[in-house]
Amino acid sequence: MIRVVLPAHLRTLAHVDSEVELDIKGEVTLNSVLDALEAMYPMLLGTIRDQVTQQRRPFLRFFACEEDLSYQSPDAPLPDAVASGAEPFLVIGAIAGG
Amino acid sequence: MSKVRVLVGTRKGAFILESDGKRERWDVSGPFFAGWEMYHLKGSPVDPNRLYASQCSDWFGQLIQRSNDGGKTWEPVGNKFEYEGVTGTHQWYDGTPRPWEFKRVWHIEPSLTDPDDVYAGIEDAAIFRSTDGGQIWNELPGLRGHGSGPDWQPGAGGMCLHTIILHPSDANRIYTAISAAGAFRTDDGGKSWRPINRGLFSQYIPSPTAEVGHCVHHVAMHPSRPGTLYMQKHWDVMRSNDAGDSWEEVSGNLPTDFGFVIDVHAHEPETIYVVPIKSDSEHFPLDGKLTVYRSRTGGNDWEALTKGLPQANCYVNVLRDAMSVDSLDKCGIYFGTTGGQVYGSADAGDTWAPIVRDLPAVLSVEVQTLP
Repeated sequence: MIRVVLPAHLRTLAHVDSEVELDIKGEVTLNSVLDALEAMYPMLLGTIRDQVTQQRRPFLRFFACEEDLSYQSPDAPLPDAVASGAEPFLVIGAIAGG
Repeated sequence: MSKVRVLVGTRKGAFILESDGKRERWDVSGPFFAGWEMYHLKGSPVDPNRLYASQCSDWFGQLIQRSNDGGKTWEPVGNKFEYEGVTGTHQWYDGTPRPWEFKRVWHIEPSLTDPDDVYAGIEDAAIFRSTDGGQIWNELPGLRGHGSGPDWQPGAGGMCLHTIILHPSDANRIYTAISAAGAFRTDDGGKSWRPINRGLFSQYIPSPTAEVGHCVHHVAMHPSRPGTLYMQKHWDVMRSNDAGDSWEEVSGNLPTDFGFVIDVHAHEPETIYVVPIKSDSEHFPLDGKLTVYRSRTGGNDWEALTKGLPQANCYVNVLRDAMSVDSLDKCGIYFGTTGGQVYGSADAGDTWAPIVRDLPAVLSVEVQTLP
């Protein structure tokens, strides 16, 4: 079970209160996590990665296990602790005022 | 008795203001989509409970929301806006070429005949259409593909297509306006477009009478006279009597002819409204006095309307899509400010009162007159 923590606005949009839990068959990567997330919550399509380019939105970052995973290959395996559910995969919005 | 529903888009959410036909007491609901920029909300003329809303954020991109119950509940629909074909380039602020890139939806224009048929004006400038209630959006590429596209430049707010006007009886004719490219018209349902900027004079561009490059802020039309258009340009208030083929200036006695909004009285096609703003570098009312100007002659002769509006220390702006009218008798006029006030007049502008005064900065105001 993969645990995903979303920013507050996306939790509201997806009507979830806390962590999202995803079942992923096969390798756990950025792409497989986001594919599963968007399949379960289609209202999130386009909010984390651009629907046309599939690029991460520039004001968002991905973290897990105190590592910045934003720039790793989207098809590279995520840390074992994420794949096992011991640690959550974090989608973090850039902090900005206003 | 008729009712009025005012749809307000702000920098931090949407609000719905409702009143009976007296327009004295208002119920305020919202914020909807709290914390998101709500560029525009608009209802279908044929099904007033069908609403569309543009919801966006620098963090999370663009969403389109749809309501089937007048805004009580909403559902996200399609939000994929993919330019058709090779995107090409437009000019950046410094004149260098820059690829077209989708940023947000500025304006939503539901069809006059089918609640599932709806147009969207986007930044970087293009027009899209959905015929399935907003699920799938397709570009009408003839506009962006007009030969002048590589010469278009963004205005200060971005290169946005902010105005879409549908002809009331000729489905093939649509007017659009883009900052800073100008106004365009199609006569074949969006397949091909041509600039309609003859008569505009813009000192701030290399060729002041160029075919394109004018910073048109907004265009308005009365449905009973679809060949008469009114325009608030960056500077200058303009009028066309021939569907945009030519324009004449009608700024007349306005104290400043810079501004963003322009609208037409619901029952008097020669009565128009603007809110003059001091200048392009000082986006607030002249002398700190918020004043609507009304012309009952289709321009040139303007009267100041101030009763009920702040006449000291007012330094708000009124953005291009933030004025609308109802169709009651007397006609109601509404506008929102960047200071978060929404003012209404139930007597065609003679007197004004704030409906709400502490919302986030108002981006858009649309009015529905309901049975």
